[in-house]
Amino acid sequence: MKVIVAGKASGKILKTSNPINFLGTVDKKTGKIHDSKHDLYDIPLKDKILVFPNGVGSSVGAYTIYSIKTNNSAPNAMICKKVDLTVASGCALANIPLVIATDQEYEKLHNGENLILDTYSGKL
Amino acid sequence: MELTREEELALKGEYGETLETAYRILVATGEATNAQKLIPIKWAHLSGVNYNTIGDAGEEFLAKLSQDAKVKVMTTVNPMGFDFDSVSKYNLSSEFITKQKSIADSYKKMGVIPSFSCIPYEIFDLPEKGTQVSFAESNAAIYANSIGHLKTNKESAFSALASALTGKSPYSDLRIDDTPNITIQMKVEQPDELVFGMLGYFAGKVGDNAVQISGVSDIDRRQCKALCGGMGTSGRCGKFVLGESTPNSEKIDFDKKEMQKVYDELNTAEKGDIITLGSPQLGLKEIADLSWLLKGKEFSKRCMVFCPRSVKEQARNLGYTNELERAGCEILSDCCTCLTPLVDKNEIDSVTTNSIKGAYYLNNSNGVGVNLKSLARIIAEETR
Repeated sequence: MKVIVAGKASGKILKTSNPINFLGTVDKKTGKIHDSKHDLYDIPLKDKILVFPNGVGSSVGAYTIYSIKTNNSAPNAMICKKVDLTVASGCALANIPLVIATDQEYEKLHNGENLILDTYSGKL
Repeated sequence: MELTREEELALKGEYGETLETAYRILVATGEATNAQKLIPIKWAHLSGVNYNTIGDAGEEFLAKLSQDAKVKVMTTVNPMGFDFDSVSKYNLSSEFITKQKSIADSYKKMGVIPSFSCIPYEIFDLPEKGTQVSFAESNAAIYANSIGHLKTNKESAFSALASALTGKSPYSDLRIDDTPNITIQMKVEQPDELVFGMLGYFAGKVGDNAVQISGVSDIDRRQCKALCGGMGTSGRCGKFVLGESTPNSEKIDFDKKEMQKVYDELNTAEKGDIITLGSPQLGLKEIADLSWLLKGKEFSKRCMVFCPRSVKEQARNLGYTNELERAGCEILSDCCTCLTPLVDKNEIDSVTTNSIKGAYYLNNSNGVGVNLKSLARIIAEETR
């Protein structure tokens, strides 16, 4: 695990195999994905540990991450396989813990399970 | 990532909250890209100006930040939602106008040049070859790396803002190594700007950091901007190199089949209620070409033309805007096809455009259908 934004968080895992386009598909207020083709369509990200391969899309998506945090609809933490500048900078400003998981760690994360993430002790 | 003592102190908050926030962003983006250190940059170009995209949280963040933050290097900004000169002609809420003005004022207060343009490379002199810059607008980052001989990663709105406030950026990815590891073999013959936009969209999907494009011997300004815009829309790729493929790189064809797939994804209407030209915004040469193409003709429906304010002023002095307005164009500065609230799905079902980038955002964000056509076809079929 590589720490991008440090912190402690817990919550239920919400995992998708699809990348997430924050500007294009995540509602700034509700924190739900409004793209009906996405497998997380209409599911609130709030209080979850969001697990997804990587972010895609516009550089302004960083503001979307900050907005959902401000509107109290953000996930408690994010875990990715690859981190792009948009997700890294959005989580940094919003103080949402963010880590890059190794392939082995990533495979062990299952939808719906409870997870405690503590970047200070390096534990998932 | 190794920080200098000064950078460590800034990160700990010794120099105030603004720099602490900026360094926190630089450290996160540096760690995400495996950077070893921060390096100085000479120019930052920011995205996150349009109220449509950054919303109330963004507006409030910038208002607070601008109370004491000042940019350390030349900083330019992307388009906003509309043109203040003509906003009264459109049906926009007073809330949108007030919030948009607040965002523009916050940037100005921080010392940003109020360029409101997505083509900074066409309206400002470029620094010398190899200069490190920090561009968040994707088409501008790709242009800067590929044509402008500058060096930037495809920055995010906040990483470029952090660069503006500190004059620094993580030394990583394209700043260190911009060698393409894949070659796209362009097989479509006699491509116009629409084809180049689709090529860019395809390249952005299959490319990694940088792509080589073979089979393109000559490319004009309009085609080049279409390529940059399309590529920036679909993926993370931040640079293209035109030229024949190196023997060891992976090769992928872009032929009629691949082109049709992009077209089918982005062409979502049979015809458009209005026409929009400009995403990326049009430069002076494109405005001049357009006025020449429209000689003796008149659009048979509304046509919105987007360009930077400085280009509009030059075009007025040269007589081009008269010609365009006579042909029925609405010329708008400080905004762009992408994400403008001036295209509203409650009033308009569909838009005709030659822009791949515009097509993506018009459909996904504004919720209108898009009819894709090259400029030549738009002029041939939509004027009388």
